[in-house]
Amino acid sequence: MSKPRSLYAPAGFLSREESEAIARRALASAKADETRVIVSSGARANTRFADNQVSTSGDNYDATITVRSVFGKRVANASTNKLDDASLAALVATSEALARLAPEDPELMPELGPQTYAARPDPAQRETPTPEQRAAAVRAVTEPARAAGLVSTGYMQSNVGSFAIANNKGLFAYARGASAAMSTTVRTPDGTGSGWAGSAHEEWKDLNAATLGARAIDKAVRSRNPVAVEPGRYTVILEPTAVANLVQLIVGSLNARSADEGRSFFSKPGGGTKIGTKVVDERVTIVSDPMDPEGRGGLFTGEGLPTQRIVWVENGVIKNLQYDRFWAQKQGVSPTAGSNVLRMSGGDSSVEQMIASTERGILVTRLWYIRGVDPRTILFTGLTRDGTFLVENGRITKAIKNFRWNESPIFMLNNIEAMGKPMRVNSSEGGEGGGAVIVPPIKARDFNFTSLSDAV
Amino acid sequence: MTQKRRDFLKAMSAVAVANGAIGKGFNPETLFGGIAKAAAPSVGDPLFRELAMVGLDAARSAGAEYADVRISSRNDQGIFTREARVQGMQSSETFGFGVRALVNGAWGFAASSRLTRDDVATVARQAVAQARANRVAQVKPHVLAPVTSVGDVEWKSPARIDPFTIPIEEKAQLLLTANAAALRVPSARFVNSSMFFMKEEKTLATTDGSFIVQTIIRSQPSMTVTAVDQARGDFQTRQSTDIQPAGKGWEHVLDGKLVENAPRWAEEAVQKLSAKPVEVGRYDLILHPTHLWLTIHESIGHPTELDRAMGYEANYAGTSFIAPPADFLGKFKYGPEFMNVQGDRSQEGSLAQVGWDDEGVKPDDFMIVKNGIFNDYQTTREQAMWLDWWYKQNNQPTRSHGCSYSQSWSDVQFQRMPNVSLLPGEQDISYEDIIAATDRGIAIVGEGSFSIDQQRYNAQFGGQVFYEVRGGKIVGMLKDVAYQMRTPEFWNAMDMIGGKKSYILGGAFNDGKGQPSQSNAVSHGCPPTRHKQINVINTGRTA
Repeated sequence: MSKPRSLYAPAGFLSREESEAIARRALASAKADETRVIVSSGARANTRFADNQVSTSGDNYDATITVRSVFGKRVANASTNKLDDASLAALVATSEALARLAPEDPELMPELGPQTYAARPDPAQRETPTPEQRAAAVRAVTEPARAAGLVSTGYMQSNVGSFAIANNKGLFAYARGASAAMSTTVRTPDGTGSGWAGSAHEEWKDLNAATLGARAIDKAVRSRNPVAVEPGRYTVILEPTAVANLVQLIVGSLNARSADEGRSFFSKPGGGTKIGTKVVDERVTIVSDPMDPEGRGGLFTGEGLPTQRIVWVENGVIKNLQYDRFWAQKQGVSPTAGSNVLRMSGGDSSVEQMIASTERGILVTRLWYIRGVDPRTILFTGLTRDGTFLVENGRITKAIKNFRWNESPIFMLNNIEAMGKPMRVNSSEGGEGGGAVIVPPIKARDFNFTSLSDAV
Repeated sequence: MTQKRRDFLKAMSAVAVANGAIGKGFNPETLFGGIAKAAAPSVGDPLFRELAMVGLDAARSAGAEYADVRISSRNDQGIFTREARVQGMQSSETFGFGVRALVNGAWGFAASSRLTRDDVATVARQAVAQARANRVAQVKPHVLAPVTSVGDVEWKSPARIDPFTIPIEEKAQLLLTANAAALRVPSARFVNSSMFFMKEEKTLATTDGSFIVQTIIRSQPSMTVTAVDQARGDFQTRQSTDIQPAGKGWEHVLDGKLVENAPRWAEEAVQKLSAKPVEVGRYDLILHPTHLWLTIHESIGHPTELDRAMGYEANYAGTSFIAPPADFLGKFKYGPEFMNVQGDRSQEGSLAQVGWDDEGVKPDDFMIVKNGIFNDYQTTREQAMWLDWWYKQNNQPTRSHGCSYSQSWSDVQFQRMPNVSLLPGEQDISYEDIIAATDRGIAIVGEGSFSIDQQRYNAQFGGQVFYEVRGGKIVGMLKDVAYQMRTPEFWNAMDMIGGKKSYILGGAFNDGKGQPSQSNAVSHGCPPTRHKQINVINTGRTA
C-alpha cells in the first residue's frame, strides 16, 4: 500500500494480527459462559457497463464484527461495523443481553477448542484493481462490440478480504481471500440477438475481459433472428454454465435433517434417508474439496471446524448429506464440514463432438430465473437465455427462441448421453462469482421444455 | 491504516459521547433503540452536517459538477424458530457513508465505514477520481433532470411502535406460541416462523442544497407449516402469505395475529396432502390479492423500469418487452380499460414509502398504466431526461419520479421500483363475488413459486392454496397447480376486478436488482381479479 494510489485506495483487509487484536478486545470484555467472535473485513471494487460505456462503479471497504454469547443453554448473536472500544464493548453487552433473554436452546452445541487447519499459501492479490484497470477491462469488451455494431453490457468485481474466528476456549482461525468475476451480455441493436459470457477466478490477474467479450459478441451475432421451435422434450447440449445452474440445485437440497424428517427428495419413503441409494447416472460424482486445484475453498466453517473433502455423490450413489454438529451427534455420525467448492466429474467428449453426434437437439448457453417448484423431486422452473440454438443432423442450424423449462437436475443427471471436461464457471445469478463451481458440459436426453418465450 | 483507525476511533468515541447512549447500562426495552440512537442523525446534528459538507466541498473542489453524500446507520434484527425452539436471534448494525460524484457526465462512487473529516474528504476525492477514470470508457454524458432544493427536511416512518423497542423475549415468545398453535393440528409435523425488522436512519446532502434526514422502518413476520405423509413420501407446506411485509412497526406483527391464524395455515397444509391433482388445461383464474401482488411485481413492476427498457440491466435482471419507449408510450394496450396501475412512494405503511429518494427528489404518484394504456416508466434524474420528448408532448415537466434507492451506505443508488399497484375498480366487487360469478375456474390464494424471463413476457406462477370453482362455488382443494402466461395476453384476459374494499397491500421485502445485487423493499396493492382461459400446468412429478 505504499504506491501513490493508496491516497485514494481503501484499506484492503485486516491482517491476522489486527483481526486477533480486535477479537481479543471483544473477548476481554465478555462475561458469557461461551463467546465467539467473528471478524470479517474486505474491499470490494466493481464496475458496470451498459450501452458500450461505464454506467456505475464503486469502491468500498468495510469490516464487521459478530459476537455470539452463550449463557447456559441460551444464545444470541450481534454484529456491528464500528471497531472502537466503546462500540465493541456495547456489541458484547448487546449480544449478552439478548442471550440472557433468549429461550433455552435444547440443540445448543458447545464451542470448539483449538483446531488444526490445513496450510495453504494466501492469494497473491492484496489490493483491488484500480478504477483505471477496470475501465481498461471494460474497453476490451465495449470497443470490439461497438466496432461490430453491437451493444455490450456487463459487470466486473474483484474483492480482497479476511475472515477470522476466535472464542474463549482458545480457538483462533484466520484466512485471507481474493476473487474476481466478470460477465458480459452483448446484444444486437435491433434486439433480436443476445450472447453471454462469464468467468470467475481466484484473482483479478486471471480475468481476461477480451476473451469473454469475443465469446459474447460471437454468440450475439449467431443468435440473431431466432425462430420458434415447438416446446417439448428434447436432447440438450448444456454448456458448463447451464450445467452448473442445475447441479447447484442439488447441493441446496442436501440437508440431512430434512431428509430424516421426511421432507426432502433425499427422504426414503417410510423413513430414513437415501444415503447409499443410486439416484443419478453412475458416471456422476460430485465432490466438495477445499483444496481443489481450481478453486480455493474456505479452510474452516463459521464454527471453526476444519473443512474436509466431502463426497456427496459417488458413481451415482448418494454418499453424504449435510449434517450440522447437532444433527450429526443425534444420528451418531460426523458433522459434514463442507467448503464452498463444488466439482462434478466429466467425460472426454467436447461440445463440438456432442453437437456432431446429435440428430436433433438444443444447445443451451445458460439458464435464468431458476426457482423451486416442487422440493419432493427437486423440480425447478426457469428459462434458457442469451444463446439458444437448434442442432440438426450434427450441426447448429439456427438460433431459436428461448424456452421455459420445468425440470429436476436429478432427472437430467439420469439422462446423460455424454460429458466433457469440467471447467470453472461463473454460475451465480447475479454474476458475482461466489464459491468455485467446476462442472462439465453435458449432453442429456428428454429435457422438459414446457413453453416458448419471446424474450431475447 | 493504523493512523487512520486511530482517527476513526477518536471520532466515533466523540459521536458516542455526544449522544450519550453507548456504554451505559442496558435496559432491554430500549436496547436497540439506544444503540441506534447513538448513531442517529437529525437535521440539527452539527457533526453529520459538518462531515457531509466536507464531502460535498471536497468533491466540488476536485471537479464534480454534482455530488451527494449519504450517511447511513442501519439496524437489522432477525429471530428464527422451529417448533418449540428458537434457532437464532441476530441483531446487526452497519454504519458508514458513500459519496457519489458526477464529473463531465460520468459517475464515480466510493464508500467507507470510517467517518472522519479526513476519510470523508479522501473518499469524496476517490469518487471524483473514479468518475474521471470511467470517463475514458464513456461516450454519452449523463445529464440530470432538474430538481428543486428542499433545504433542511426530515421524514419519519409512520410506524407506530418501533420494533427495536420491543423486548426480544416477547418476540420469541409470540413465535413459539404461534408454533404450538400450529402443531396442535394433527399431521402438521413441522413449523418454522420468523420475524425480520429493519430500521435505517439516513442523511443525504446534495450539491443542490438539500439536507434530508429520514428514518425508515420495515417489519416482516412469517410462518411456514409443513404436513408430512411419510408412508407415501409426500409433504406439503403452507406459508403465511395473508401476512405481508410492510413499512410499519411492531403493530404490524400484532395485526398479523400469528397465534390465531396458525391453526388455519396448519389445516390447509394438511388438506393439501389429500387435495386433488389439477388436470392440465385452460381455466378462468380468480387471483386473490395475496397472490396477485407478485404477478404484478414481475409482469408490470419490472418491465416498466426505464433502465431495463434502455438496456442498462441486460447483463443480469434483463431488459424489457416494453421497449423502445417511443413504440409503447401512449400506444401499448397493457390490459382492459378498467386497468389502472400507479407508481408511488406515498401509500401509508408501504415498503417503498419515503419522503425523498436517494438523490433528493420528492417522489410523485404517477400512472404507469392509464385506462389500460401504457403511460409512463419508473425513473431517476438521469433517466427522466431520456423521456423528455414524451413529457413535452404531454405538457408535463421533465422530472424524476423519485425512484433512486440504495440498500446501504456501501452501495451506489440507482433506479429501484416504487410501490406499483393495480388500482381497484369502481364497482364494489369482492373476491367472493368473483367466485360466485365464475362457472369453471381455479381460485389461487397466496404467492408461491415464481419465475419470469428476462424481458418479462413468459412467466410461471404457483401459489399457496388452490380451489376448484364450479358453478359459482368452491367445490374442493387442488394441488400441483401453476399457470404459465405471456404478459400482454394475461392482462388483456382480465375481465373482472375487485373494488376498493377488497384492495390490500402485498409486497417483497428483498427484491434483487443490479450488480452487485442490491435488495429493495416494495409493496404492491391490488384487489382480486379474474383472468379468462389461462394455461394451467400440473407440476407434480414422481422421482
